[in-house]
Amino acid sequence: MATTCKLIAKTTLGSSASNIEFTSIPGTGYTDLLLISSTRSDRGGVGNGKIIVTFNASTSGYSYRTIRGSGSAASSSSASSQSGLDVSAFTATSAGQTSNTFSSTEVYIPNYAGSTNKSVSSTTVGENNATEAYILAMAGLWADTSAISSLKVAEESGYNFVSGSSFFLFGISK
Amino acid sequence: MSDTTPIAVIVDCTDGTVTERPLTADEIAVREADAAAAAAAQAERDAAEEAKAAAKASAVAKLEALGLTADEAAALLGV
Repeated sequence: MATTCKLIAKTTLGSSASNIEFTSIPGTGYTDLLLISSTRSDRGGVGNGKIIVTFNASTSGYSYRTIRGSGSAASSSSASSQSGLDVSAFTATSAGQTSNTFSSTEVYIPNYAGSTNKSVSSTTVGENNATEAYILAMAGLWADTSAISSLKVAEESGYNFVSGSSFFLFGISK
Repeated sequence: MSDTTPIAVIVDCTDGTVTERPLTADEIAVREADAAAAAAAQAERDAAEEAKAAAKASAVAKLEALGLTADEAAALLGV
Protein backbone atom coordinates (compact mmCIF):
# COMPACT_ATOMS: atom_id res chain seq x y z
CA MET A 1 0.00 0.00 0.00
CA ALA A 2 1.33 3.40 -0.90
CA THR A 3 2.03 5.78 1.95
CA THR A 4 -0.56 8.52 1.93
CA CYS A 5 -1.93 11.26 4.14
CA LYS A 6 -5.51 12.11 3.25
CA LEU A 7 -7.91 14.59 4.77
CA ILE A 8 -10.87 12.70 6.23
CA ALA A 9 -12.89 15.67 7.48
CA LYS A 10 -12.47 19.24 8.70
CA THR A 11 -14.36 22.12 10.25
CA THR A 12 -13.72 25.77 11.00
CA LEU A 13 -15.90 27.32 13.69
CA GLY A 14 -18.17 30.14 12.62
CA SER A 15 -19.09 30.77 16.26
CA SER A 16 -17.88 29.57 19.65
CA ALA A 17 -18.23 25.89 20.53
CA SER A 18 -17.30 23.85 23.57
CA ASN A 19 -16.41 20.69 21.72
CA ILE A 20 -15.94 19.22 18.26
CA GLU A 21 -16.67 15.58 17.54
CA PHE A 22 -15.49 13.64 14.53
CA THR A 23 -17.90 10.72 14.17
CA SER A 24 -18.01 7.62 11.94
CA ILE A 25 -14.24 7.58 11.47
CA PRO A 26 -13.58 4.88 8.86
CA GLY A 27 -12.11 1.70 10.31
CA THR A 28 -10.33 0.68 7.12
CA GLY A 29 -8.17 2.37 4.53
CA TYR A 30 -5.83 3.97 7.05
CA THR A 31 -3.36 2.79 9.67
CA ASP A 32 -2.99 5.96 11.75
CA LEU A 33 -4.89 9.17 12.50
CA LEU A 34 -3.50 12.67 12.64
CA LEU A 35 -5.50 15.52 14.14
CA ILE A 36 -4.30 19.04 13.44
CA SER A 37 -6.00 21.97 15.09
CA SER A 38 -5.67 25.71 15.28
CA THR A 39 -7.47 26.91 18.40
CA ARG A 40 -8.04 29.88 20.62
CA SER A 41 -9.84 29.61 23.95
CA ASP A 42 -12.12 32.25 25.50
CA ARG A 43 -10.51 31.47 28.86
CA GLY A 44 -8.60 34.45 30.31
CA GLY A 45 -4.85 34.74 30.77
CA VAL A 46 -1.90 33.56 28.72
CA GLY A 47 -1.40 29.90 27.89
CA ASN A 48 -4.53 28.86 29.73
CA GLY A 49 -6.36 27.11 26.91
CA LYS A 50 -7.24 23.48 27.46
CA ILE A 51 -7.59 20.93 24.68
CA ILE A 52 -8.96 17.63 25.94
CA VAL A 53 -9.16 14.67 23.56
CA THR A 54 -11.35 11.61 24.15
CA PHE A 55 -12.23 8.61 22.00
CA ASN A 56 -15.49 6.73 21.43
CA ALA A 57 -17.21 8.90 24.07
CA SER A 58 -15.18 7.09 26.73
CA THR A 59 -14.27 9.01 29.89
CA SER A 60 -11.91 6.49 31.47
CA GLY A 61 -8.57 4.78 30.93
CA TYR A 62 -6.45 7.78 29.95
CA SER A 63 -2.96 8.49 31.26
CA TYR A 64 -0.21 10.78 30.04
CA ARG A 65 3.13 12.42 30.65
CA THR A 66 3.98 15.93 29.58
CA ILE A 67 6.95 18.22 29.30
CA ARG A 68 6.29 21.93 29.09
CA GLY A 69 8.57 24.85 28.30
CA SER A 70 7.93 28.54 28.84
CA GLY A 71 11.11 29.86 27.25
CA SER A 72 12.75 30.34 30.62
CA ALA A 73 11.81 27.20 32.54
CA ALA A 74 10.77 23.63 31.87
CA SER A 75 8.54 21.34 33.86
CA SER A 76 7.08 17.91 33.54
CA SER A 77 4.11 16.08 34.96
CA SER A 78 2.22 12.85 34.71
CA ALA A 79 -1.35 11.84 35.34
CA SER A 80 -3.19 8.53 35.43
CA SER A 81 -6.82 7.42 35.60
CA GLN A 82 -7.94 10.49 33.69
CA SER A 83 -11.22 11.12 31.87
CA GLY A 84 -9.41 12.40 28.77
CA LEU A 85 -6.03 13.32 27.33
CA ASP A 86 -5.11 16.90 28.13
CA VAL A 87 -2.98 17.69 25.07
CA SER A 88 -2.40 21.32 26.05
CA ALA A 89 -2.10 21.37 29.86
CA PHE A 90 -2.32 25.16 30.11
CA THR A 91 -0.30 25.81 26.99
CA ALA A 92 -2.87 26.65 24.32
CA THR A 93 -3.56 30.20 23.27
CA SER A 94 -6.20 31.93 25.40
CA ALA A 95 -7.98 35.25 25.60
CA GLY A 96 -5.12 37.14 27.26
CA GLN A 97 -2.89 36.68 24.25
CA THR A 98 -2.53 38.88 21.19
CA SER A 99 -5.84 39.18 19.33
CA ASN A 100 -6.39 36.71 16.52
CA THR A 101 -3.51 34.46 17.51
CA PHE A 102 -4.13 30.72 17.70
CA SER A 103 -2.40 27.61 19.05
CA SER A 104 -1.17 24.87 16.78
CA THR A 105 -1.71 21.31 17.96
CA GLU A 106 -0.91 17.96 16.39
CA VAL A 107 -2.18 14.67 17.82
CA TYR A 108 -0.91 11.42 16.30
CA ILE A 109 -2.67 8.10 16.92
CA PRO A 110 -0.92 5.06 15.43
CA ASN A 111 -2.84 1.82 14.87
CA TYR A 112 -6.13 3.51 15.79
CA ALA A 113 -8.25 0.65 14.48
CA GLY A 114 -6.17 -2.12 16.06
CA SER A 115 -7.18 -4.35 18.97
CA THR A 116 -4.49 -3.17 21.38
CA ASN A 117 -4.36 -0.21 23.79
CA LYS A 118 -3.95 3.09 21.95
CA SER A 119 -0.79 5.17 22.29
CA VAL A 120 -1.08 8.84 21.48
CA SER A 121 1.50 11.60 21.09
CA SER A 122 0.95 15.30 20.70
CA THR A 123 2.55 18.71 20.58
CA THR A 124 0.92 22.05 21.27
CA VAL A 125 2.53 25.41 20.63
CA GLY A 126 0.87 28.62 21.74
CA GLU A 127 1.10 31.70 19.58
CA ASN A 128 1.50 35.10 21.18
CA ASN A 129 3.13 38.18 19.71
CA ALA A 130 4.70 38.90 23.07
CA THR A 131 7.35 37.28 25.21
CA GLU A 132 5.14 34.82 27.09
CA ALA A 133 4.07 31.65 25.27
CA TYR A 134 4.41 27.93 25.83
CA ILE A 135 5.14 24.62 24.17
CA LEU A 136 4.02 21.22 25.39
CA ALA A 137 4.78 17.66 24.30
CA MET A 138 2.66 14.80 25.56
CA ALA A 139 2.94 11.03 25.47
CA GLY A 140 -0.39 9.44 26.27
CA LEU A 141 -2.22 6.16 26.48
CA TRP A 142 -5.86 5.17 26.19
CA ALA A 143 -6.05 1.76 27.88
CA ASP A 144 -8.78 0.40 25.65
CA THR A 145 -8.59 -2.17 22.88
CA SER A 146 -11.54 -0.85 20.88
CA ALA A 147 -11.04 0.56 17.41
CA ILE A 148 -11.38 4.32 17.49
CA SER A 149 -14.50 5.36 15.61
CA SER A 150 -15.06 8.81 17.05
CA LEU A 151 -12.83 11.52 18.44
CA LYS A 152 -13.84 14.51 20.52
CA VAL A 153 -11.84 17.67 21.13
CA ALA A 154 -13.14 19.76 24.02
CA GLU A 155 -12.38 22.82 26.10
CA GLU A 156 -13.01 22.49 29.81
CA SER A 157 -16.40 23.19 31.38
CA GLY A 158 -17.36 26.85 31.17
CA TYR A 159 -15.05 27.66 28.27
CA ASN A 160 -15.16 27.50 24.50
CA PHE A 161 -13.06 27.46 21.39
CA VAL A 162 -13.69 30.78 19.64
CA SER A 163 -14.80 31.46 16.08
CA GLY A 164 -12.02 30.81 13.59
CA SER A 165 -10.69 27.77 15.44
CA SER A 166 -10.23 24.94 12.96
CA PHE A 167 -9.87 21.16 13.17
CA PHE A 168 -8.56 18.76 10.53
CA LEU A 169 -8.58 14.96 10.79
CA PHE A 170 -6.21 13.11 8.47
CA GLY A 171 -5.89 9.41 7.78
CA ILE A 172 -2.41 7.99 7.26
CA SER A 173 -1.83 4.76 5.40
CA LYS A 174 1.61 3.19 5.29
CA MET B 1 -16.80 32.07 31.71
CA SER B 2 -19.56 31.69 29.17
CA ASP B 3 -23.08 31.64 30.60
CA THR B 4 -24.80 30.35 27.47
CA THR B 5 -25.52 26.69 26.73
CA PRO B 6 -22.34 25.15 25.28
CA ILE B 7 -22.49 24.07 21.67
CA ALA B 8 -21.13 20.81 20.26
CA VAL B 9 -20.06 20.67 16.63
CA ILE B 10 -20.45 17.24 15.02
CA VAL B 11 -18.41 16.35 11.94
CA ASP B 12 -19.58 13.18 10.19
CA CYS B 13 -16.53 11.59 8.58
CA THR B 14 -18.58 9.61 6.08
CA ASP B 15 -19.66 12.68 4.13
CA GLY B 16 -18.11 15.68 5.91
CA THR B 17 -21.47 16.98 7.09
CA VAL B 18 -21.15 19.46 9.96
CA THR B 19 -24.01 19.96 12.41
CA GLU B 20 -24.36 21.81 15.69
CA ARG B 21 -26.38 21.03 18.80
CA PRO B 22 -26.51 22.27 22.40
CA LEU B 23 -24.92 19.99 24.97
CA THR B 24 -27.35 17.89 26.97
CA ALA B 25 -27.74 18.34 30.73
CA ASP B 26 -25.88 15.06 31.25
CA GLU B 27 -22.99 16.20 29.06
CA ILE B 28 -22.77 19.50 30.92
CA ALA B 29 -22.76 17.65 34.25
CA VAL B 30 -19.90 15.41 33.08
CA ARG B 31 -17.92 18.44 31.90
CA GLU B 32 -18.37 20.15 35.24
CA ALA B 33 -17.32 17.06 37.15
CA ASP B 34 -14.26 16.66 34.92
CA ALA B 35 -13.31 20.30 35.42
CA ALA B 36 -13.60 19.97 39.20
CA ALA B 37 -11.48 16.80 39.17
CA ALA B 38 -8.86 18.44 36.95
CA ALA B 39 -8.68 21.48 39.21
CA ALA B 40 -8.24 19.26 42.27
CA ALA B 41 -5.52 17.23 40.54
CA GLN B 42 -3.73 20.40 39.46
CA ALA B 43 -3.87 21.81 43.00
CA GLU B 44 -2.42 18.54 44.30
CA ARG B 45 0.44 18.67 41.76
CA ASP B 46 1.13 22.33 42.59
CA ALA B 47 1.23 21.55 46.32
CA ALA B 48 3.61 18.64 45.74
CA GLU B 49 5.90 20.84 43.62
CA GLU B 50 5.90 23.54 46.29
CA ALA B 51 6.70 21.04 49.03
CA LYS B 52 9.52 19.59 46.94
CA ALA B 53 10.98 23.05 46.29
CA ALA B 54 10.76 23.94 49.98
CA ALA B 55 12.49 20.71 50.98
CA LYS B 56 15.24 21.37 48.45
CA ALA B 57 15.78 24.91 49.73
CA SER B 58 15.91 23.63 53.29
CA ALA B 59 18.47 20.98 52.33
CA VAL B 60 20.67 23.57 50.61
CA ALA B 61 20.52 25.84 53.66
CA LYS B 62 21.53 22.99 55.97
CA LEU B 63 24.42 21.98 53.73
CA GLU B 64 25.62 25.58 53.60
CA ALA B 65 25.47 25.68 57.39
CA LEU B 66 27.83 22.68 57.37
CA GLY B 67 30.33 24.69 55.32
CA LEU B 68 29.52 23.74 51.73
CA THR B 69 29.31 26.53 49.19
CA ALA B 70 26.00 27.11 47.41
CA ASP B 71 27.49 25.63 44.22
CA GLU B 72 28.68 22.52 46.08
CA ALA B 73 25.30 22.05 47.71
CA ALA B 74 23.56 22.46 44.37
CA ALA B 75 25.93 19.96 42.72
CA LEU B 76 25.28 17.47 45.51
CA LEU B 77 21.52 17.81 45.14
CA GLY B 78 21.57 17.90 41.36
CA VAL B 79 19.84 21.28 41.18
